[in-house]
Amino acid sequence: MSDVLLATEGLTVRFGGHVAVDRVTCGFRQGELTALVGPNGAGKTTYFNLISGQIRASAGRVMLKGRDLTGLSVARRTHAGIGRAFQLTNLFPNLTVRENIRLVIQSKRGLGHDLWSVAAAHAEVAEAADRVLERVRLTAIADQTVTELSHGNQRKLEVALLVALDPLVYMFDEPTAGMSVDEAPVVLDLIAGLKAETGKCILLVEHKMDVIRTLADRIVVLHNGALAADGPPAEVMASEVVQEAYMGKALADV
Amino acid sequence: MKLLSQDRPGGPLISAILVLLLIGLALAPFLFPGTRALDTAARICVFVVLVASYDLLLGYAGIVSFAHTMFFGFGAYGVALTSEHMGRSFAALGIGTLSGALAAALLALAIGLFSLRVRAIFFAMITLAVASAVAVLVSQMSALTGGEDGLNFQIPRALTAAQKYADFKLFGVTLNGKLLNYYLVFSCATVLFLVLLRIVNSPFGRVLLAIRENEFRAEAIGYRVVWFRTGATVLSAVAAALAGSLYAIWLRYVGPSTVLSFEIMIDILLMVVIGGMGTMYGAVVGAVIFILAQNYLQGLMGLAEGALQGLPLLPQLLDPDRWLLWLGVLFILSVYFFPTGIVGRLRRR
Repeated sequence: MSDVLLATEGLTVRFGGHVAVDRVTCGFRQGELTALVGPNGAGKTTYFNLISGQIRASAGRVMLKGRDLTGLSVARRTHAGIGRAFQLTNLFPNLTVRENIRLVIQSKRGLGHDLWSVAAAHAEVAEAADRVLERVRLTAIADQTVTELSHGNQRKLEVALLVALDPLVYMFDEPTAGMSVDEAPVVLDLIAGLKAETGKCILLVEHKMDVIRTLADRIVVLHNGALAADGPPAEVMASEVVQEAYMGKALADV
Repeated sequence: MKLLSQDRPGGPLISAILVLLLIGLALAPFLFPGTRALDTAARICVFVVLVASYDLLLGYAGIVSFAHTMFFGFGAYGVALTSEHMGRSFAALGIGTLSGALAAALLALAIGLFSLRVRAIFFAMITLAVASAVAVLVSQMSALTGGEDGLNFQIPRALTAAQKYADFKLFGVTLNGKLLNYYLVFSCATVLFLVLLRIVNSPFGRVLLAIRENEFRAEAIGYRVVWFRTGATVLSAVAAALAGSLYAIWLRYVGPSTVLSFEIMIDILLMVVIGGMGTMYGAVVGAVIFILAQNYLQGLMGLAEGALQGLPLLPQLLDPDRWLLWLGVLFILSVYFFPTGIVGRLRRR
């Protein structure tokens, strides 16, 4: 398909004798939110790591808009348009919320190598950071350090960093993990908002079936590192094989 | 504020202390008469830069290096060698300073690219190895470096006490080349400190903080960690080399024990920790306290011992020969009570 933005071709990684991700060929389109599901250990996060570059592939390729990213470093992939949020909160702990976001915007604008200007004097960066803070509703706690935040707010900031980066491909790894019932909708609304924007390709690893049902355009099922099913949510959820083997437990959790 | 790169010391107390220190150093020849006092003041100026440049590495980028005195030595030996071979001239000082800084930059670049890819601890080990190797080389190649004896060299007459600039005394101070030399050291140190302060407050400096906090995420938001770490290493090496050049110009002597020894490395570390890591201003406070203690604690204890004569035990404890013990106690106390350093403690968040 011509509007495929991100594609993996035969993507494989082996750790010793164990094949964690096994020849996954899959394309992701603009404006599409794909939920990645599968039992624990199915290789979802490893698949994410292969795409964003934290792990190097043993075989296969990662293509973004026809460009081969496979050999590039994490930082280069980020600049190419791959944005990643992490399952375990991964922030800059002793810096303020505002500074966390400012750092992302500074990277996006290629300012990091500037040795001589005063960082605090970059009004355009500060304004962009304020807009992101507003959007993710963190303005009130912008000057607290990350260590002072509740878990829920840390998760929000994790998502906010990705919003600030504004990549071509958004990758969320269980964005609502450990969040309370009241807090989760804020993050989910945010993702829904991103989806409504044109041109955003969103990948979401998620266990909660109700979330997937409301948000996802498509479900990709991984099992033992291999692609087990791929299609519209209703179709995949209805498929007997998938339900029994991979969804049974997850559905029971709901 | 522009001069301070919008980085206020934070808190009225620490600001007042810093202003006092600045005035004290700026007017040192007039406020504290005597060769020894002036020597101490010059040493403080040099070490403020040296410690600040180490803070850039340790406090901001979170990199542990044991090669900082080596870079300091590069600058010092650069000046000594050119002065020795080119004769006393400002050109020799300039060329020596530049070549020392260049050598420091190149070696820092090589060490950084070679070892910072792996892990920070590996970098620390490599710097230790390289610094030891250089120290051995310097002491062995005595034909060039003067070995353990070091090198005495001449600096332009305009910077020595032999040159008189006026027949009268200003507030009891002779206006000679030595005074000019002090102000050369003081003004260069001030400029270098402000430059370092600017660097840590630049967008680049913020990236260093991000890398210190979470290198994994820094990479994931698009910063190439190796390059930033290497950049910080090179910048701090160059600043250390420049401080070394100033030190050599002031002392007119270089030797392994004054500019290369491992003890100096430990001193630098202590000054950074006492002053407050990652604050820059901590370098000023740390260097002043440490160097004053080093120079005057022994004398002070001599006085105290005399005053307590006749009391049991106390005079023995305060014997001037035990000054290192008390210096140690002071450090333990300061680290215990100010784990974030003096500036860190006084700074309001």
